[in-house]
Formats: sequence, C-alpha cells, structure tokens
Amino acid sequence: MRGGHVALGAAGLAAFLALGEAAPRLGLVKEAYVPPTSRIAEALVDEAADTAFWSALGDTLTGWALGLAIAVCAGVVVGVAVSVVPYLREATASTIEFLRPIPSVALIPLAVLLYGTELKSVLLLVVYASFWQVLIQTLYGVQDVDPVAEETARSYGLGTWARVRHVLWPTALPYVMTGVRLAAAVALILAITAELVIGAPGLGRQIAVAQTSQAVPEMYALIVVAGLLGLLINVGARTVERRALAWHQSVRGEVAV
Amino acid sequence: MLDVRGLKKVYEGSGRRVEAVRDLTFTVDAGELVCLVGPSGCGKTTLLKCMGGLLTPTSGEVLLEGRKVSGPPPGMAFVFQEYGRSLFPWMRVGDNVELPLKQKDLSKARRRELVRDALESVGLTDAVGAYPWQLSGGMQQRVAIARALAYEPRVLLMDEPFAAVDAQTRADLEDLVRGLWRDRGITILFVTHDIDEAVYLGERVLVLSASPTVVQEQLKVDLPAERDQLHTRVDPRFAELRTHVYEQIQAAKRGVVRDAVTKSDTPPPH
Amino acid sequence: MIGRLLLRLLFVVALPAVLVAVWWAASNGSTDPFWPPLRTILDTFPDVWTADRLRTDVVPSLLRLLGGYALAAAVGVALGTVIGSYRRVRAVCEPVLEFLRAVPPPVLVPVIMLFAGIGDTMKIVVIASGCVWPILLNTVEGVRAVDSVMLETARSYGVTGFARLRHLVLRSASPQIFAGLRQALSIGIILMVISEMFAANNGIGFTVVQFQRSFAIPDMWTGILVLGLLGFLLSVVFQLVERRVLGWYRGLRATTRRS
Repeated sequence: MRGGHVALGAAGLAAFLALGEAAPRLGLVKEAYVPPTSRIAEALVDEAADTAFWSALGDTLTGWALGLAIAVCAGVVVGVAVSVVPYLREATASTIEFLRPIPSVALIPLAVLLYGTELKSVLLLVVYASFWQVLIQTLYGVQDVDPVAEETARSYGLGTWARVRHVLWPTALPYVMTGVRLAAAVALILAITAELVIGAPGLGRQIAVAQTSQAVPEMYALIVVAGLLGLLINVGARTVERRALAWHQSVRGEVAV
Repeated sequence: MLDVRGLKKVYEGSGRRVEAVRDLTFTVDAGELVCLVGPSGCGKTTLLKCMGGLLTPTSGEVLLEGRKVSGPPPGMAFVFQEYGRSLFPWMRVGDNVELPLKQKDLSKARRRELVRDALESVGLTDAVGAYPWQLSGGMQQRVAIARALAYEPRVLLMDEPFAAVDAQTRADLEDLVRGLWRDRGITILFVTHDIDEAVYLGERVLVLSASPTVVQEQLKVDLPAERDQLHTRVDPRFAELRTHVYEQIQAAKRGVVRDAVTKSDTPPPH
Repeated sequence: MIGRLLLRLLFVVALPAVLVAVWWAASNGSTDPFWPPLRTILDTFPDVWTADRLRTDVVPSLLRLLGGYALAAAVGVALGTVIGSYRRVRAVCEPVLEFLRAVPPPVLVPVIMLFAGIGDTMKIVVIASGCVWPILLNTVEGVRAVDSVMLETARSYGVTGFARLRHLVLRSASPQIFAGLRQALSIGIILMVISEMFAANNGIGFTVVQFQRSFAIPDMWTGILVLGLLGFLLSVVFQLVERRVLGWYRGLRATTRRS
C-alpha cells in the first residue's frame, strides 16, 4: 500500500521531469523560455562548482535564520506578555488586527533608504513578516489554556512566573510550533524577495543577475535550488511541529488519528 | 417486496480477507416492519448497505419489487446511525430535507409541500430554519427521518438509528417510527442490536448469527398492533418473546446454528 | 451596558491613538530626511493620492490583483477537486506539488517575464501562479476529508454529479478552501507590489519605488501608508466574506467544543 504510494509519486516526478525535457525539445515551448531538464541540471552542476553560488546560498540562509530567530523570540515574548498582563490583550487587539495584514513589501522602499543592500534590509522585511505569524499563534495557544488547570495552579499558590512556566507554556507550545512553521516559510519568501528586488546578496540577487544577463538555464537552476530550500524548510518544520503536537495530544489523552 | 437471495459479502484488501456475510436469504413483504437483530459485529450494517445499493455483494442478489438492486434505487431511503455526520451542517434543516428532492423532477411548490409535511410528521415544523448542530441528538435524527419521509420511499432502511440517543428520546423515536409505519404504510427494515427495541417495534424479527453471518431464526411477533411503551413492555408475551430472542442471540454468539434456519416460526407460549 | 460599550471602545481606540500620538510627537520637528514629521506626511497625502492617481495607479493594481487572484482561485479549486477526489492522481501529483508549492513565489517574476514581457498579463500570471498553490493544496486536503457517511448519504438519496459537487464536496471542503484563499491573499498582495516594483509603468508598487528613487521621502511614506491601508481593507473584506460563507462552520465548531 505504502510502497505503491511512493512508486506512484516517483512516477509523477519522473513524468514531470520528462515533460520538462520533452516540451522544449519538441518545440512545444521555446527553449529560450524553458530550457530542457538536462540543461537545467547541467547548469545546476556548474553552479555547485562555483563558490559564488555557495556564498549566495549562505547569505540567504543567514538572512532567513537570523530573521526567523528574531521574529520567533519577539513573537513569543510579546505574545506571552500580552496574554499575561491584565487588559493588555484587549488593548492591543485592534492594533494587531490593523498591523498584521500590512504587506511587509510595503517596507521595501524604507529598507532601501535606511540600509541599502545590507543584511539589515533583508532582516527588516523577514522579521516584520514572520513576527505576526508567531505572535498570532502564541496568542491562540495561550487562549487555549484550560481554565481549570490555571485555577488549580493559582489555588496552589503558584506565582505568575511559575504559572507561565508550568501551565501556559506547555499548552501554548504546539501552537508556537505551528507559528514557527508558518513563519519559516514566510521568512524564506521575504528573504528571497529582498534579495531579488533590493539586490541584497543571496540567491534572489543571483536569480536577478542571471535574468538580466539572459542566462536562462542558470536562472532555472537557481530557482530549483530555492524550491528545494523551501521544500527542506517545509518538511523540517513539519516534522518538528508534528513532534510537538504528538506530545501535546498524548498529554491531553486525545486519540491521535 | 424485498428479496435477499444467497447474499454473500467478502471484504478483501491488503492481504486480509474478511467474510462479513456468508449466506443470507430472506424476504420482506410489502408494508411489513421487520427488525434485524444480531450480536455486535455480525455484519448488520454490511447487509443493509448491500440492500441499499451502497455496497456490491460478492455473490447473491437483492431484489426490490422483482428488480435487481445494483445501485441506490429511487424508491428506497436510508437512515444512518451517525445522524451528526449524515446531515449536512452547512444546510438548514429545511434545505437538508429538500436536497434529495431537488434531484427528482418535482415542482418547487411540491417540494415545499413535501418538506413541510415530513417535518410536521416528526414534530419539527418550527426547526425548518435551524442548522442541524443547533438541535439535540434526538431532534437531528428526527430531521434525518423527515428527510427520508420526504423522499417518499416505498422501503425505508434504518441502520441502528437510535443507538446514539438517550433512553427517553429513544422511546419517543420508537413510537414515532411505529406511528409513521402505520400511517404511511411504508415497508421498513430496521437494524438494531437492542433486543427490546426489535421486539417492541417489529412485526417480525430476524435473528442473525455471529460473523460470518447467516439467518439464525425468523420470529413472528404476535403482539397487538396497538403498542405503547407502558403496557407493551410489561406484557408477559413481550417478555417471552424477548427471552426467546435473547437465547437465540446467546446461542448465535456461541456459534450454535439451529437447523431450521429459514422457517418462520413462533415459539409456543410457555 | 453603555459603560461596558464605552470601555470596549476605549480598548479599541486607546493604543492606536497612543501610537499615532507618539509617532507625531517623536517625529515633530525631525530633520532626519528619512523620517519626516508625521504632520508633513499627512499634509502630503492629499496632494499625492489625488483622484487622478487613484485612477492611474491604484485601480490598475487592484484589477491585476483581482484578476490574478480570481484566476488562481478558479484553477486551484478546480484542479484541487480533481486531485483530491482520486487517490491515485493524488499519489502521482503529491511530490511535484510539494516542490512547486515550496518555490518562493517572488522568483516567478523573472521567469514569467521571459514569457509574458512586462505588461499586465505578466503581472496577472505572476499573481495567479503564486496564489494558486495554497488554494490548490488546501482544496485537495478539504476534498479528501469529506465525511464518508455524508458521501453515502448523498449516494443513497441520488445526489450525484454536479449536485454532489456543489452541495456536498465543495461545501464540506470550504473551511480548508478558505484557509488557502486567506494565505493566497497575502501572497497576492506581495506579488502585486513586487511585480510592479520590478517592471512596470504604473501601479502602487511602481509609484512608491519612483518616490524612493527620486528621494521624495514624504511621498514615499504616504505610499507605504496606502499599501498598509490596502492590506488592511482587503483583509477586512475577506473576513466579511468568510464570516458569511463559513457562518455554519463557526457555529458547528462552537457547539462541538462546548459538548
């Protein structure tokens, strides 16, 4: 059953790659627009031998990881603080609802003016976009705290810090992990955007350079790398999240389906 | 009306082979109310789904008015045990009842009339604009019954419809079904695992054996047609019949199949 | 009663008012060219965002967004329904879809420019091809998870074909479809802005970048405000539609949670 599933998936992937090879060769699409799979693969091999590629990849990952880390810390701290301090949740609700949907790309011109093509430009966009994902999930998580558990802790004289540590945090953790997963994907999108549009060093800028110099196979190769990076991040984040969730459900005695 | 002949259903998948129903033969006459009882896991639901055209039997056949059932027939309505999952939560009660009618070639006025009439029959005229999840479990199952009634079936198949409601509601719903049967003259096949329910409701009770399933016994319920929760259940004859069915089911669980499997008999009064 | 209402209003208004006041006070008399006083920004606003500019820049941007988003929604839901309905099709497509979804949508801009030049078509295709993945994958999940009892109910009552799709499959999947649409909306706005920043001769994104390049800083700030306002308004509209379409789902969830 499971094996059949994997085989079908592999067949689908093979068909996709074969189509990518055949379509330009048969003239269904212009080779100048979509190079055959084999040409993209060649370009990918060439890139892998180039140190500039690896440093670009490193730059992208640095911007992504640093931005994500800052956003996660800030999101969790603000989320917990807002929920724990009385009335803060109500007072901040409207502001959060207003600021959250503001597209982070609106900040691109500001980032260019303030930081030019430095890493800080990337970080500004990445942090702004991913912060909201973490914050919102943290707020959901804290809302989900069982009032009985909270009151039990209170009745046993646990202080605020102890309640945060032993009641609030364990309940909110799976939500926070969901927030981290969403934020990780968004952070990559914004890191590449910043590089592509502003010209900060990284994969995005390499893609823009390949495009302006008409190096189409190289451009596709870099896009494949960006896709694989995204895939890796998605799969990794989902695995981590699933662990956190499994633990959560077993603790609460729910049946994991 | 309904003929089940040599029905057999074997589930096959991932190397496992489960024989859910071995060999079932019985008939239900037009206008009859027949209850099917059997030990849990004896393939009652499989049988009913084969009869409703939702499953294809491995061998044997189901005939509705002489025609072979090969898909859900238009003259048949199904009431599921899981009322919460059988009603569509995004539709109001009235729309839920009306949806199957939209597939039939009926005028809007006629559909409205059928919906109103069906909801009135189950005592839920006021709930037409409510969402199913706003109602209690018993009321939701009433809506499911109303949906079946509005479909104007000649045969109604009910799969343990009251297994998930509380005892009080259950008694009310049993009387509702009996009342509807008497008023409308529909043929009803009612599956249950509750012996009391089977004897109280049915004109005839079919006792099924444990899986792989065959008909263990057919029993005519010679209680008066006029039944009510208070008097019928304390009728000595009711107790006799119930005891008899109970013994049969115990025997079925032990795997003792009586020889006279298809004979329609009535146990003599003790 | 009135007291409580006033208190709620206070909660809604207080912090935004404080923030604006702080911005106003802190930037007042600012000589830093990049952080002009809020007063200057607000004074500039009506001069920049005239009715003319709304027509030449804001409306084209919105139409591109709408076109791309609608295209993505139609394709995503249609394909997602097909893929979600057949287990084998799903198994074949899954790895490819996982990869395509993981490609950060902004990199599509240079690719699609190859095909479609720099006109409106390019922008609509960019927006559509970025928005389609969350909608598609969420639809697949939603369609796959349609309750088996509901499917059997529909079958036994002769609800088949188009009626089954419309009244059962799509309605049952609608909470997931909307989750996808919500993700797609923010991706769509991002793509609208950057496709205009990349190559365009009108649109909000284009205008804001022009201001920045010509160092018209207060004008640029008004552009940022407009983009922010646009994001907020679109999300409000989306929530209104969602609340209407998914009213049943909220009610259902509330009742199951209570019991």
